[in-house]
Amino acid sequence: MSIIEATGIYKTYQETKVPVNALNGVDLKIEEGEFTAIVGPSGSGKTTLLNILGGLDLPTKGDILIENTNLKTLGSRQLIDFRLHNIGFVFQAYNLIPVLTAKENTEFIMELQKIPKKERSKKAMELLEAVGIADKADHKPGQLSGGQQQRVAVARALASKPRFIIADEPTANLDSRSTNELLEIMAEMNRKYHSTFIFATHDQRVMDKAHRIVTIDDGKIIGDETFEGR
Amino acid sequence: MLTAIAWRNLWRNKLRSTVIFTSIAVGIIGAVVSDGFMSGMTDQRVNSAIANEVSDIQVHNPSFLLNGEIQYQIPHAGHTMRKIESIPQVKGVSLRMRIQAMAASANAGAGITLYGVNPAAERKVSDLYKHIIQGKYLSSKDKIPAILGQKLAHKLNLDLGDKLIVTVTDSTGTITSGAFQITGIYKTANDRFDEANVFVRKKDLSALIGYPVKSGDEIAIRLKANRQTPVVMKKLQHIFQKEINSKQIVIQSWDQIQPLLKSMIAMMNYFSYIFLVIILAALAFAIINTMLMAVMERTREIGMLMALGMNKRKIFSLIMLETIFLSVVGAVLGLIISIFIINHYATYGFELSSVARGLNYIGYSSRIFFRVNTNFYITSIILVVVVAVMSSISPALKALKLQPATAIRDIQ
Ligand SMILES: Nc1ncnc2c1ncn2[C@@H]1O[C@H](COP(=O)(O)OP(=O)(O)OP(=O)(O)O)[C@@H](O)[C@H]1O
Ligand SMILES: [Mg+2]
Repeated sequence: MSIIEATGIYKTYQETKVPVNALNGVDLKIEEGEFTAIVGPSGSGKTTLLNILGGLDLPTKGDILIENTNLKTLGSRQLIDFRLHNIGFVFQAYNLIPVLTAKENTEFIMELQKIPKKERSKKAMELLEAVGIADKADHKPGQLSGGQQQRVAVARALASKPRFIIADEPTANLDSRSTNELLEIMAEMNRKYHSTFIFATHDQRVMDKAHRIVTIDDGKIIGDETFEGR
Repeated sequence: MLTAIAWRNLWRNKLRSTVIFTSIAVGIIGAVVSDGFMSGMTDQRVNSAIANEVSDIQVHNPSFLLNGEIQYQIPHAGHTMRKIESIPQVKGVSLRMRIQAMAASANAGAGITLYGVNPAAERKVSDLYKHIIQGKYLSSKDKIPAILGQKLAHKLNLDLGDKLIVTVTDSTGTITSGAFQITGIYKTANDRFDEANVFVRKKDLSALIGYPVKSGDEIAIRLKANRQTPVVMKKLQHIFQKEINSKQIVIQSWDQIQPLLKSMIAMMNYFSYIFLVIILAALAFAIINTMLMAVMERTREIGMLMALGMNKRKIFSLIMLETIFLSVVGAVLGLIISIFIINHYATYGFELSSVARGLNYIGYSSRIFFRVNTNFYITSIILVVVVAVMSSISPALKALKLQPATAIRDIQ
């Protein structure tokens, strides 16, 4: 069974003078352990789709099933709680709480999940180790490079043991070396923990690492390729 | 971790937070110092009224209180006095003859209250002997001495050594006059008291009006400490239960004799709290403004927290905590500084000589010793927290209105 099953997704933004049809009938299934890139030109609807898959926004029409839970049926409070326990996020930038250290940021979601202090401290250090910045555990985001900040964000996303992780252009603000490092780390986490990643990107280097590339244009899926053995 | 985030958020915009800390601190200092000053003034007025004018407790014949005629004496005065003297909290007891009289000099006259007292006993009850500015207090050696207030001396154009003629009604109902020699002039902080009260020896007055020297119409009682008044009142009411019930005597505490003193204390307190509330209400707007700015600046961050799964209650608490910290830091700062200021003026006093003339008229002296009740400090802190909680509502609601998807997109 798929982790995510999106069927007939439409999204129209009404707030603007002229309504914008950002998604025009998207059907998408994501299986456990995927490492999938959503690609497409700017304005094609990548962010809109990821927000809807991640439960940050609701579709105008269509259903999102996440392991048998239809997001439509959740109240706003339940939706927040659902995100907390099931979905990990890595945003393009400013992912971290500026006043908390790398370790505290990593522990933060676990604290919201009410995981005991000892356990979360151990887990946070483990993950910071895994993303290669354990030595910077006590640094605040302002004292970390963009690439290091994104690695903390990945560690934090993993810490909550989500069903899948959504990353909207996680490398957009990074140079090529940091981009490579971050992708390596994400790919390794995908292999090691079997974590499911869905990310949007413009970046050819990122696409090259993806196991599956879903191409979107004008709010419609126009291509879906899987690359075995990557 | 919420607390840690809220606390650290406080220091993100140091300048802005410092401005708020300072405003709150200054506001609190203003409220506390003004309370200290007002309480100090009230204390002083009350203390000097007790020390020089009313003493702590007085005993009268109920009829005397109604019409002030000297014929309504205290029955078995000597016996009553001894009973009162045996109470351990009592410092002194004085049996007086109090009578309304006309005082006259060669060219002026004035209505006065004339007190016939036993100088030795009176010294233990009233501090008036400490306020003699010319001459000396009543003594047994002088010939028919009288002391009067400076204000009355001026009014009657009298000096030390001059004769003071008083006209009274004697025991037979006849109007009679007597001459006293001014041996002392006193000046208290209350001009109106100084203007109206003349003290002579009881034996001289009794000779003039024809009542036995051992009788009297007023017993003034001074305690070792004023705060023991309620305890001693209870004891007296118990000891003199029979006399009180049969309406032979009536016992009054200082605040019953001069209810205005008591209500003055209550009123000053009340004003202090009103002042504090007004200051805090004004500060609330500054706090709200600052927190709204903070929320607006952190739109993306708050959106991110919501996206990650932080629920509304926690977001609300986060903003409320930050507002409380913002307010309480300033308040604590203000209170610490206030305590120093209050302690300083409580010890050394605050000189008001430039306006002292006017103050004297309404019964104040020119050096004010500040006092602030611990309650006032505690109430200030509680009120600050209440104001902070209320001020956080609008910024917190603003934060809750954010949609995570939009908030994150906003700055990206
Ligand atoms: N809140 C909104 N209100 C109105 N229109 C919106 C809103 N968000 C997105 N859009 C519009 O919806 C369309 C899809 O936007 P979306 O951000 O999903 O594209 P994208 O593929 O992520 O683009 P990019 O590569 O630039 O990030 C665009 O035309 C955009 O202008
Ligand atoms: Mg986008």
